Amino acid sequence: MTEVSVAKEDVAATGELVVLKSVNKHFGALHVLQDIDLTIARGEVVVVIGPSGSGKSTLCRTINRLETADSGSITIDGEALPQEGKELARLRADVGMVFQSFNLFAHKTVLENVMLGQIKVRKADKKKAEEKARALLDRVGVATQADKYPAQLSGGQQQRVAIARALAMDPKVMLFDEPTSALDPEMINEVLEVMQQLARDGMTMIVVTHEMGFARSAANRVVFMADGRIVEEAAPDQFFSNPRSDRAKDFLSKILHH
Amino acid sequence: MFDFLQGYDVLGAFWTTVQLTLLAAAGSLVWGTLLAAMRVGPVPLMRGFATVYVNTVRNIPLTVIILFTSLGLANTLGVTLGAKGVIDTLNFRLAVLGLVAYTSAFVCEVIRSGINTVPVGQAEAARAIGLSFSQVLRLVVLPQAFRSSVGPLANVLIALTKNTTVAAAIGVAEAATLMRTMVEKEAQLIPIAAIFALGFVILTLPTGLILGWVGKKVAIKR
Ligand SMILES: Nc1ncnc2c1ncn2[C@@H]1O[C@H](COP(=O)(O)OP(=O)(O)OP(=O)(O)O)[C@@H](O)[C@H]1O
Ligand SMILES: [Mg+2]
Repeated sequence: MTEVSVAKEDVAATGELVVLKSVNKHFGALHVLQDIDLTIARGEVVVVIGPSGSGKSTLCRTINRLETADSGSITIDGEALPQEGKELARLRADVGMVFQSFNLFAHKTVLENVMLGQIKVRKADKKKAEEKARALLDRVGVATQADKYPAQLSGGQQQRVAIARALAMDPKVMLFDEPTSALDPEMINEVLEVMQQLARDGMTMIVVTHEMGFARSAANRVVFMADGRIVEEAAPDQFFSNPRSDRAKDFLSKILHH
Repeated sequence: MFDFLQGYDVLGAFWTTVQLTLLAAAGSLVWGTLLAAMRVGPVPLMRGFATVYVNTVRNIPLTVIILFTSLGLANTLGVTLGAKGVIDTLNFRLAVLGLVAYTSAFVCEVIRSGINTVPVGQAEAARAIGLSFSQVLRLVVLPQAFRSSVGPLANVLIALTKNTTVAAAIGVAEAATLMRTMVEKEAQLIPIAAIFALGFVILTLPTGLILGWVGKKVAIKR
């Protein structure tokens, strides 16, 4: 037992929240994640960038075990991800996830979307859950939509509700997989602003995005992926103005010109 | 003009038909939903069982299944389902059992295609907030699957109502049994057939209309 607590203190001392060690993942013959080593500190905001098919989504999904890694280890706040079961469900709740396509529960109101996990996973009572849900909806600026159904909201509003739904679980870290890619241009900023505020409030965030404005203003670090590998890691300014690898140079020249 | 109805309990026979229908409907909804849950579940053994069950049962004529419950279960294996010797009651229960066994295979397939209308991203989002597999199914997937299944389930229910006539094969005194008796004893064949046809239309038409309306009402806007 002493060993375990010592290990946890070490983690707290170094402030490492998410640690991936030589993580590998295949889809059939396709080697999607190749020896991924990645450490995210508490409160850090990391932007993951890279060409289509490079494994960014798979990386996010592996971190909260929507996909299982073939080998390597993933720890969240010092705890290894368990196999399927109750423990895994609990750990998943500690990792918030926001998807490109919002994925709100279509048969539930906005308010119910944000309450569901609190009641069923965190066992909060209904009144507390509703209070918290309303506070979160207010925080992301959609408080007036609480009683509507997801289909009645704009994409930007839906995505902000999805962020509130994830925050309702008090996650230790938030994963965003291209949260603005499915949005009309005029709605992108309202979502990015919420994310920026979240970053300022000290949330640990892993964000897959090609929004360089967000990366420059909110990220501590940019991780560049290509062909299932982490090719380059750098501070945002350094990465965008002076990428070291040819892959990154090539990629940046493409997204800067479109 | 309707003298030939004297001495026959037509309403009583249709009441038996209604009871067969409602009990079998309730049973097949429960068992069919469980089968659908098994078919989409993560346990290979259950998936395999449900798949084999559905594909086998769907392809056996209902008459064979009903006769099997009577000849196989009751006569050979001595299953009595708690019925105390009264042949009618026992056969009624066996008929419900056979109808449930058969209809649930169709209910399963309806629910399963209902499940397929729920975007997989919603199930992933539900897992991501920490819900267990059964919670994802009960709280997110099935409520939406049921709503889009109402229309197709109405068709299954209508088919079930008509299928109850097969219970005549093991002597349940429902509408078709009475009709056969009357046809044997009375001369007015066409009026008799018309009355029973009308009876079934009265039972099935509202089912289709009401459930069609309900289906539109509860449909999920995406
Ligand atoms: N469930 C799956 N089964 C098989 N192959 C998959 C699966 N999911 C992803 N892939 C493949 O794995 C590779 C990495 O996919 P991934 O979605 O992680 O890339 P990405 O970097 O997120 O790309 P994008 O920018 O297009 O979202 C791709 O070649 C993709 O086709
Ligand atoms: Mg992706």
